[in-house]
Amino acid sequence: MDKLFHSVYLDRSKCKGCTTCLRNCPTGAIRVRGGKARIIENKCIDCGECIRICPHHAKLARTDPLKSIESFKYKVAIPAPTLLGQFKQRYSADRILTALKSIGFDEVLEVAKGAETVGRSLEFELEGGRDDLPMISSACPAVSNLIQVRFPELVGNITTLKSPMTLTARMAREQLLANSEHNGLKDEDIGIFFITPCAAKATEVTKSLSAGDPMDRIDGAISIKDLFRPLSAALGKGKCEAGLHTASSEGFSWAVSGGESSYLGKRRHSLHVDGISNVISVLDEIECGRLSNIDFFEGLACTGGCVGGCLTVENNFVAKMRIEMRAENERGNVVPALSEDDLRTFYASGDMHREQPLEPRIFQPLDEDFDKAIEKMNEIERIEASLPGIDCGSCGAPGCRAHAEDIVKGFARKIDCIFVLRDRLETLARLTNEMLQMGQPMSEQEETEDESK
Amino acid sequence: MGYNMTFDVESGDFATAGQASRKIKKKLQDLGISSKIIRRIAIAGYEGEMNLAIHSDGGQILLDAEPGVITLRLEDTGPGIGNVDLAMTEGWSTASDSVREMGFGAGMGLPNMRNNADGFEITSRPGVGTKIKMTFDL
Repeated sequence: MDKLFHSVYLDRSKCKGCTTCLRNCPTGAIRVRGGKARIIENKCIDCGECIRICPHHAKLARTDPLKSIESFKYKVAIPAPTLLGQFKQRYSADRILTALKSIGFDEVLEVAKGAETVGRSLEFELEGGRDDLPMISSACPAVSNLIQVRFPELVGNITTLKSPMTLTARMAREQLLANSEHNGLKDEDIGIFFITPCAAKATEVTKSLSAGDPMDRIDGAISIKDLFRPLSAALGKGKCEAGLHTASSEGFSWAVSGGESSYLGKRRHSLHVDGISNVISVLDEIECGRLSNIDFFEGLACTGGCVGGCLTVENNFVAKMRIEMRAENERGNVVPALSEDDLRTFYASGDMHREQPLEPRIFQPLDEDFDKAIEKMNEIERIEASLPGIDCGSCGAPGCRAHAEDIVKGFARKIDCIFVLRDRLETLARLTNEMLQMGQPMSEQEETEDESK
Repeated sequence: MGYNMTFDVESGDFATAGQASRKIKKKLQDLGISSKIIRRIAIAGYEGEMNLAIHSDGGQILLDAEPGVITLRLEDTGPGIGNVDLAMTEGWSTASDSVREMGFGAGMGLPNMRNNADGFEITSRPGVGTKIKMTFDL
């Protein structure tokens, strides 16, 4: 298995070893050991919940600094649709994209363009009929990761359509290379940078550099948060460049939950859910076979959709309102660039689909040997029953069950539980006391007993 | 040598129904059972759990994991099924309108359990209760 890369990481110097992230991690991927949080790599799905919740700002996302674009001759920014929700309505989309271009890019292409292509192709994916319904969106990488980790049987339900980000990067690179006679650009001259609202997308960007079609690669991910200051400063300056904003309202509406599903319209039953714990509970139902009457499931890890990403700046509800207002004002302004026929040709070419389907992430059972696994399971339950059951997290595991599992796996000791420790100390104190009394002369002991009567 | 676990399901408790199936799923994952088999057990278990909540006066789900076979037993204390053959017919249901409005009671519960299990036995006595035994070969 490839070594997993994660955008989410810990700044050890800031971590106080409190249990906030521990108890809020949706996949139980965090432990506190030696007074510092530790991320269990194969369980982490890069959802960013810990980044949002850490009171000491010790959980961070690895993204690229703006200056990293300097290593390329021709710099392309591909901003997530969410970017438009970060600024007030009085700044037109062209104005915002002009600001983005002005801070160092040669070209700007909205990821909402790729979203249009994916959105319009969803119907094609369903047309042929599928073995497993509902078909699950591949747009949110944290949800895809979640399915790979916790719902291995649903991996096949995820659409093999590439993400809007990937298709947009491909579109930009293809166009530049097709014009290389005029622009003189070689493949390695072109640097394509995703302007990301979240950690999971940054991880997806890093993966694109080592796997998949090289035409799809994205050279870096820069967070919206890091660009907010330079963008705000650039918004008021210079002349607004017309025609940078080419995406339709349907395309940039992917920034909010339900934007993708709306492409399927009323002909299909689709369900859109946002917030990682909500997504988990619906996936549980899908796995139990309850929702096979639904055609499409759009699950987004962050509340409200991508507007809630942990690397955004604006409040997610405010950003959502802004995206919706922009969409309302711009409805019908843009006619899709690709005709239905051209879209079908593109769809049939295979370039729109992932080369390798997703695979479940290997789940480590208690033991490879079934008998031993059963033995360990019984041991876990014996230990769990002896723990207080209040899931306080003081032991460093997210709950008593997880602590019992860690003990059996050899990663923790029973006395890491402060209640078990307290009981042991009490016993010790009682024994010490008994020993002390035993050491006293018989006569004194009798007197003490008399006094107690 | 085996692993077993009992889950109580209360009558009419829709809010927490599904929890037992989720726990069973997690435990089977830890035991290293293949995800294909787990999915079938999760589907059958969920149907069973809903059946106990909708139709029974309360009951239990008993999970048994042994080398070679996983057994899921559903046992309730009533009211029992009058005509088991009829109840096994796809689309046949006694669920009330209010239950159907919640998206349940399509009459697929028992057939769905049978279709997902390798072995399926049902015994029922009106006034006494219903026992279902499902086995899944490993």
